[in-house]
Amino acid sequence: MRPAYSIVLFTTASGAGYGMLAWLGILGAAGLLPMAPPFGLAAFALAVALVGTGLIASTFHLGHRERAWRAFSQWRSSWLSREGVAAVATFVPVALYGGGWVLLGRTQGPWAVAGLATAGMALLTVYCTSMIYGSLKTVPAWHNGWVSPAYLILSLASGGVLLSAVAALTAEAPPELTRLTLLALAAGLAVKAGYWRHIDRPDDASTAETATGLGRIGAVRALLSPHTADNWVLREMGYRVARRHAGTLRRIAVILGFALPLAALGVTLAVAGFTGALTFAAAVSLGAGFAVERWLFFAEARHVVTLFYGEQRT
Amino acid sequence: MTCLPGTSAKKLGLVIDLDTCVGCHACVVSCKEWNTGGYGAPLSDQNAYGADPVGAWLNRVHAYEVTPAGQDAQIVHFPRSCLHCDDAPCVTVCPTGASYKRLADGIVLVDEDWCIGCGLCAWACPYGAREMDGQANVMKKCTLCVDRIYNENLPEEDREPACVRACPSRARHFGDLGDPQSEVSLLVLARGGFDLMPEQGTRPVNKYLPPRPKQAREATDRGAAGVAAGHERPEGFLGWLDRALDKLG
Repeated sequence: MRPAYSIVLFTTASGAGYGMLAWLGILGAAGLLPMAPPFGLAAFALAVALVGTGLIASTFHLGHRERAWRAFSQWRSSWLSREGVAAVATFVPVALYGGGWVLLGRTQGPWAVAGLATAGMALLTVYCTSMIYGSLKTVPAWHNGWVSPAYLILSLASGGVLLSAVAALTAEAPPELTRLTLLALAAGLAVKAGYWRHIDRPDDASTAETATGLGRIGAVRALLSPHTADNWVLREMGYRVARRHAGTLRRIAVILGFALPLAALGVTLAVAGFTGALTFAAAVSLGAGFAVERWLFFAEARHVVTLFYGEQRT
Repeated sequence: MTCLPGTSAKKLGLVIDLDTCVGCHACVVSCKEWNTGGYGAPLSDQNAYGADPVGAWLNRVHAYEVTPAGQDAQIVHFPRSCLHCDDAPCVTVCPTGASYKRLADGIVLVDEDWCIGCGLCAWACPYGAREMDGQANVMKKCTLCVDRIYNENLPEEDREPACVRACPSRARHFGDLGDPQSEVSLLVLARGGFDLMPEQGTRPVNKYLPPRPKQAREATDRGAAGVAAGHERPEGFLGWLDRALDKLG
């Protein structure tokens, strides 16, 4: 599948933003985050900016952006529509909770309820994003049980690293947040490893034989393409660039996205000082690593329509 | 609403005969010709005369080599277009309601004024039946020539999809596959018509008829056999010439 940069930016940026909101909601309601005003202001501003950037980026690949508002209507059947509705609805508890925190300095009692609602809605939105892809039977690399856990855990991992960096730079990074972020990073690495192992096994449900129905006669080989030039379907769904470099790119994603942030955050727990620089470095490294991971998520995925065009398996 | 409308009793669709299709692309061209001036935005091409042309077409004809075990390969020409599925995944993923299936006749259509051009329906379709138009930036697909089949301004014999009308080998048939007594349904029954990728759970309305069984022959290397035959001794005048030339040297 063609990895549109707008979609890579959308899923990584909004994923990180919702991850930050989830931690702010849960740990803030539990009273485990610093209450220094600069932290609350910077954390909510960054989270909302990331979510907003992601949502705006997601409209860049549309043919008709001016009609994007219509996408809120089909929540009963479409995960893309559900994602849009959930994304907008999340702003309500975020506004209440963020306002209470930043303007009034309150996170307890009724404000904590808004915090938990913020976390719940943020994670629900990320789940909807994952199901846009997870619901597509035509792409076996997406239609499996690894995709939604990966989106959710990577959202929490990236949000945790960013929130740690904001806390370290504006107040003090609470060790609970650092430990939970380390846990999310480790879980994220495990889920991605499992995901990659899963998609490396070819999916035999659909083949050139079932696509053409000619398997009842014998082995099928594509002989003539229906068109001598490219077409939109092949440009969109016949993307093959990643296959050559998949191994290298996966290693880059693992090192930048997981190994370095794990090491940097681990050091901050063991050694005092440099916390700001280390968490900031972890955030930058993770951003690059997760962008590569998300690019691969699209570029490595094969669509069953390619079976008509000479692929034997997906 | 992009929820599917329930089961439509009438299921208009195509039956495509892979036995008689000769791969001439007449259906492809007539489809483009009719639909670029018919329902919705034109089917545009970009860079049509340049080095890298691309354009929206609603019907594509592949050719496959099929090799039965131990027998000679055969060529099958294979038209591919929207199958107007009963469980159309392209309809349910649409976030705007632009993509829909009609209860009245089962045709899957796109309301181009509502389409935001997100492309998700094309991702959801296993058959590559939807192509984004590069000019109008909306999704194009087979309409089953909805502007022909009910068009009383056309002579009755023209009230069928352009591809069916154009086919010179009668490899394409149009009718109501929801009616078990219709000509197309009886054809599907008689010839063992099948679905494409049934494992995708889309329940296509369009059916494909398999190529009729070929005369079973041992797989042979025809090329080598032909060359070997040429080395046999000819008879008659050529035989005399052959022998005479042998004697000369």
